[in-house]
Amino acid sequence: MRTPIAYFLLLSGTLFALGTMGVLIRKNALLIFMSVELQLNAVNLALVAFSRLNGNLDGQVLAFFSMVVAAAEVVVGLAIIVAVYRRSQSVDVDEARSLRW
Amino acid sequence: MVSTLAAELAPLTDVSGILPLLWLVPLLPLVAAAVNLFLGKRLGRFAGWLAVAAVAASFLIALLAVRQLMGFSGEERLYVLHLFDWIAVGSFNVGVTLRLDALSATMILVVTGIGLLIHIYAIGYMHGDPRYGRFFAYMNLFVFFMLMLVLGANFLILYLGWEGVGMCSYLLIGFWFEKTLNANAAKKAFVTTRIGDTAMLIGIAMIVMKFGTLNFDVVFGTANSVLSKGAATTIALLLFAGAVGKSAQMPLHVWLPDAMAGPTPVSALIHAATMVTAGVYLVLRAHVLFEVSGVALVVVTVVGLITMLYAATCALGQDDLKRVLAYSTISQLGYMFIAAGLRAYALALFMLVAHAFYKGLMFLAAGSVMHGMHEETDMKQMGGLIRRMPLTGVTFLVGAVSLAAVPPFSGFFAKDAILEVANQTGHQWVYVLGTVGAVISAAYMGRLVFLTLFGRPRSEAAERAHESPLVMTVPLVLLALGAFALGLLIQRTPEGSFTQWIEPLLGAVPKGPLGLPTTIFIAIATVVSVGALAATWVIYASGRVDWMALRVRLASLQRLFERGWYIDDAYATVLVAPGKAAAAILAFRFDAGFIDGVVNSVGGGTRRLASVGRKIQTGYVRTYALALFVGAVGILVYVGLRL
Repeated sequence: MRTPIAYFLLLSGTLFALGTMGVLIRKNALLIFMSVELQLNAVNLALVAFSRLNGNLDGQVLAFFSMVVAAAEVVVGLAIIVAVYRRSQSVDVDEARSLRW
Repeated sequence: MVSTLAAELAPLTDVSGILPLLWLVPLLPLVAAAVNLFLGKRLGRFAGWLAVAAVAASFLIALLAVRQLMGFSGEERLYVLHLFDWIAVGSFNVGVTLRLDALSATMILVVTGIGLLIHIYAIGYMHGDPRYGRFFAYMNLFVFFMLMLVLGANFLILYLGWEGVGMCSYLLIGFWFEKTLNANAAKKAFVTTRIGDTAMLIGIAMIVMKFGTLNFDVVFGTANSVLSKGAATTIALLLFAGAVGKSAQMPLHVWLPDAMAGPTPVSALIHAATMVTAGVYLVLRAHVLFEVSGVALVVVTVVGLITMLYAATCALGQDDLKRVLAYSTISQLGYMFIAAGLRAYALALFMLVAHAFYKGLMFLAAGSVMHGMHEETDMKQMGGLIRRMPLTGVTFLVGAVSLAAVPPFSGFFAKDAILEVANQTGHQWVYVLGTVGAVISAAYMGRLVFLTLFGRPRSEAAERAHESPLVMTVPLVLLALGAFALGLLIQRTPEGSFTQWIEPLLGAVPKGPLGLPTTIFIAIATVVSVGALAATWVIYASGRVDWMALRVRLASLQRLFERGWYIDDAYATVLVAPGKAAAAILAFRFDAGFIDGVVNSVGGGTRRLASVGRKIQTGYVRTYALALFVGAVGILVYVGLRL
């Protein structure tokens, strides 16, 4: 018997909500970053589940794209965090506000 | 009566020999100019000789080319050399095309021949100048543009040369730009001639509108059928306005006397022999348009006549040697325009050539005098110079006598023939006023000669004046030979007279049944010129008249003439002062107040708006993330509700 699609979506939604929560309440840039990754993977999970439901590979292909983009984003994002750290000896996002008026 | 002869000449094709090398004539001076401009400092003294060599080679090629052209019969003397297409837009095509015919052949010989002598002279005159190389670069550049002007086979090439010589004139008048006076004179010359040039450009644009082309052949060949009388008058007068500016005719003459601030070889080459005659050349070249109009020819005559008389009186009142010659040039150009207006084109051109010789000579001689007297130009400080500087003095005298139209000097043949045409064709008013002008011309020349060359030296510098070096006096002697013999030679050359040479291109000199018998006519002309010279001798050199006292008695008249009938002053009050006032209002009220005010308030408004808007940016990442999240949810809800 196949696992119903609702379970997958429930798990995906929970993970996404956790990720969103992490982004909104965390101060550490690295943790915010990890939360963003969590959101992305939640979406990937939903995509793969839909792929299985529909019986074609469209969703899986999209999930691969999403992973590649996520990898690229990590590269840029981590580089920025390192640069910020070198500048202010901190990865607290609340302190990085020198461009504000 | 309209001459369409210009169009009937079919260009020679398949010519070998020197004619296909015609492009070298303008190119050589251009190359030398470029070399002198970039390497002039390194070349040192050789800069001058390089310039001379370029003009000499160019003269030689021109001479051989003209010789070959003369080998053909009169109706065949037209050679067109197409170099390359310049502007091609649809059916409108302008090529860089050279055209050698009797008119342009005469002009290139004058430009390169007289130009060569003046270049040689300049080696001596400009010796030791800190910008020696640059001087010759400008001079060669001028020769290039002048040759393009006269050789061009369409109006655009002509215009290119026209503006080019204007630019060189500006650069050379202001050559010693450290003196404010010279820089201002250069500016004045440029701005004044631009007034005429603008009108001329409009005329050229009208030619494009009417004919769809700028080629001389097509324009002059079809002018008779294409143009109405009114259109022809408009175009001819617009072109003539350009000629008035360039040839310093009334009312745009004011720049030429001031242009004497430039080095004297420049005055000789540009402001006597060649550039200022470009206006005459233009009228001759476009004579078909003037003839279709008819009215335009009368305007040319009247402007020439007024200018001739006006400038002659002004020349009578000048104390500065070069300013006498400048006003004299304006006056002589007036004679050329009179001849052109009477349709005696060959005579206008002959006078142009003769004038190039004797006026070029007089300027160079004046330069030699200044050289010998340490840059003194006030004639009141001179006197008796013929004993101190015999070569300069004698050649100066030849030029003056020629200009005063004493037979058999070349000036006589030119002026006499023009007045004879006026007399014969029933333009008696032109004849009478022209003769009056001849009297005044002889008088100012007599005054010039007797004040400078004869009498007692009136200053220490005059007593200690010294003759100039050979490099300066040899060109003087050659020019003097030309100024003396040209009239005799050119009337009867082996190939026929000068007028026969011009006739197939510009038409015959008009003759009429009226007029005085030739002997009486010549007698009157001789008495007029010799008499006026004799009268000035009595006043200025015989010692029997105290001319200083006379001068004081007639002070107001002398001042009127010296100030050029106060025309400059009138321009200063009527045109320049209001112009300056308007410019001040625009600059300090309109621009600084209104324009800047608008710009500044736009900037200020943006800043104020931004100071409110930027408060949104808190700088907290989570605020942005929340906004992003809320926005995404909002969109989702919106999309969900629509489904």
